[in-house]
Amino acid sequence: MNEAVALNTMQFVVFVLSNEEYGLDIQIVNTIEKMIPITRVPKTPQYVKGVINLRGDIVPIMDLRERFGLPISEETEETRIIIVKFEEIQMGIIVDEVKEVIHINEEQIESTTSLAKEGLMENVLGAGKVDDRVITLLNIEKLVNISVKE
Amino acid sequence: MDMSQYLEIFIEESKEHLQGLNQSLLQLEKNPQDVPILNEIFRVAHTLKGMAGTMGFGKMAKLTHDMENVLHALRNNEIKVNTNLVDLLFRCLDALENYVNEVVTKGTEGNTEYSEIIKGLDNILNKKNGNVEVKAESQEIIGSTESSIEHITSKFKLNQYEQNLINKAIEMNMNVFKIVVVLNKGCVLKSARAFIIFQTLERHAEIIKSEPRVEDIEDEKFDFEFTVMVITRRDLETFHKELTSISEVDEVIITTVHSNDTQGTVHEINCEVQEKVSEESEEESQNNDNESADQQKGQASKNNLKTGKTVRVDIDRLDVLMNLVSELIIIKTRLEGLDEIERTQNYNEVIEYFERVTTNLHDAVMKVRMVPIETVFNRFPRMLRDISRSLNKEIVLNMSGEDTELDRTVIDEIGDPLIHLLRNSADHGIESLDKRKEMGKPDAGHINLRAYQDGNNVVIEVEDDGKGIDLERVKKKAIDKGFVNKDAAKNLSQKDIIDFLFKPSFSTTDKITDLSGRGVGLDVVKTKIETLGGMVEVDTEAGRGSKFIIRLPLTLAIIQALLVQINNEKYALPLNTIREIIKVKPEDIKQVQKQEIILLRNTIVPIIRIGDCLDVPPSEKQNKLLTVVVVKKGEKLSGFLVDNLIGQHEIVIKSLGKLLGGIKTIAGATILGDGNVALILDVNSLAV
Repeated sequence: MNEAVALNTMQFVVFVLSNEEYGLDIQIVNTIEKMIPITRVPKTPQYVKGVINLRGDIVPIMDLRERFGLPISEETEETRIIIVKFEEIQMGIIVDEVKEVIHINEEQIESTTSLAKEGLMENVLGAGKVDDRVITLLNIEKLVNISVKE
Repeated sequence: MDMSQYLEIFIEESKEHLQGLNQSLLQLEKNPQDVPILNEIFRVAHTLKGMAGTMGFGKMAKLTHDMENVLHALRNNEIKVNTNLVDLLFRCLDALENYVNEVVTKGTEGNTEYSEIIKGLDNILNKKNGNVEVKAESQEIIGSTESSIEHITSKFKLNQYEQNLINKAIEMNMNVFKIVVVLNKGCVLKSARAFIIFQTLERHAEIIKSEPRVEDIEDEKFDFEFTVMVITRRDLETFHKELTSISEVDEVIITTVHSNDTQGTVHEINCEVQEKVSEESEEESQNNDNESADQQKGQASKNNLKTGKTVRVDIDRLDVLMNLVSELIIIKTRLEGLDEIERTQNYNEVIEYFERVTTNLHDAVMKVRMVPIETVFNRFPRMLRDISRSLNKEIVLNMSGEDTELDRTVIDEIGDPLIHLLRNSADHGIESLDKRKEMGKPDAGHINLRAYQDGNNVVIEVEDDGKGIDLERVKKKAIDKGFVNKDAAKNLSQKDIIDFLFKPSFSTTDKITDLSGRGVGLDVVKTKIETLGGMVEVDTEAGRGSKFIIRLPLTLAIIQALLVQINNEKYALPLNTIREIIKVKPEDIKQVQKQEIILLRNTIVPIIRIGDCLDVPPSEKQNKLLTVVVVKKGEKLSGFLVDNLIGQHEIVIKSLGKLLGGIKTIAGATILGDGNVALILDVNSLAV
């Protein structure tokens, strides 16, 4: 086995939001679920949709569209909840569609700090260029900082 | 090699040893002549040293080593037990606890040196003057165990290759040792211990043969002893010291092997078995003239029995089990809700059976989660000892009901409030020595800490025989602080006055001490107990003492709750907070200074539209009668306005998790029969 190559390639789950492609490190993706009823939780930011019952666990759900300030769209057949888990945090994010899992080589990832605009880029690890596609690779740990209203 | 797999064992064992050390030190202070106790302390320090050394925690090993030296001198009657010495030993204990805590959080022992303590220990040793008599001790023992070695060594056969190796090594002026290690019979993870021993050996030597074979040792295919042959440049004493310092090693017999001499010559030996024999004989002689020692011995053996019967369970595993049970309960609720199905005889039977099983399972799981309150109480004797010294009061702490069991979650939280109440009793309750004499009370103040089960509650009482609460002074203070005006104060009942004590920033002590008087106190206790679903009462009599009574629910995980509907959202209210449910006409709700209220049997009850508090969109249809759930917060009532009542359910409390845990009005979530999530309301933070 060629370890050098294995170390340099990362696998990403690719999903769509508002016709744009985003990627999440597969290491932190637990499962992908179809839409299930969500219970609203008061005193949380607008983009926190509430909590779901995921086989006995209570899991908070975030709408990525609203988190990114994208226009709100209707739920479709393709809408999915991606359950991510890292450290001791488990949460779900609502996305328009989940497409595939792709390998991205480290050299294909470009830093986005130079493209930074209005602080949005802190949620982003970099941009993955695969053929002629550009996939925004998300930094989930930054994304899930939820501040609770008093 | 990776030691991390043994880190957990190290932590658990160290904690246990430190706990034991704490108790032994307290006993030592009471009975300075008690040799068995002293031996016990020595043993613990010794074991800790060994464990720390093996794990590579040098600072901890150094501290315990110095402790050991002092204890050794104590045992040999070279120095006497006095308060300063016990103080110092307690400080050692604190330092060791800090080290262990550091290990728990960071995996290393940290950088604190505690050089002051070490210096203190050294000073004591210097005073008694003279060397540590390690040599004398080891010589003393040589004679008696010689015979036992022979049968062990005779089993050991070397082949030609190994014989050659040995000869060569000896030619090169290296030492060859045959080491027999006997593990403690109580050792649970024999192979892990053996691994640590091999690990230690390999640091200094090359192992050329092992009997039984290494593979067998790894598979635990050996009794409690094994023999290894090593070639090394180190001397015998190094090995002896290193090996005996490993915990659960009962006996280490090292013999030097000379060429052509497979039988070996006994050079030096030491064994703790020997030590134990002498301990026992000492104990015997003690028993005759010292009854208390006898009692303590009995207690010690009782404790041993207890640890043998319990199993340490990872709390995470329990949570998994708990989750399974909760799901079963959900299914139960679901099955009960199936109305359309024709309820044949059969169906009902199945349901009944199912219900019985789940109830039993629930009970069983609950019991697994129960922890004796002893784990909390354990630290109090030491704490009160320190407090009574700093206050210069003589205080006796009597504890009872330590075996009363409470849910793990409650156990974790109850410590701080109890500490507070105990300090309060010691500081405010118990009078100074002069005052007590004046009052004709015994010199020593008594604090009784009691725990017992009462139905579905556990009651914990903190009682002192001090001066009691000065109600007049509390009343005056309450007026000064503006909690009540002078006229109203006249009509206050004893209970009303005592309630002031639980108000934030209320303190009657004029001087601020280390212990209390900062005005953050009883209110914190009260809040904490209430968040645990319990309550606090106070009983007091001037001149006779006061008693704080805490009532706690047995468990927090599964509760009875009332499900209510607000617009189309469902919420759960813990049933034990609900006083009653009433229907009122919209016009019955009156306004008093912007606060909506109703009159309930002539009591003013503030109305809270919880829908608004929870940002629920207001429902459009207007009911002719409004449903008000009257809840109590402490003694005060509040009325929660809801749209609909769904019914009473047994619910499983689940946490909202790290991300959403900070919402004050929500105490948690639960899963309903239909699989949806309902939030549990925190009555305390919603009520006025």
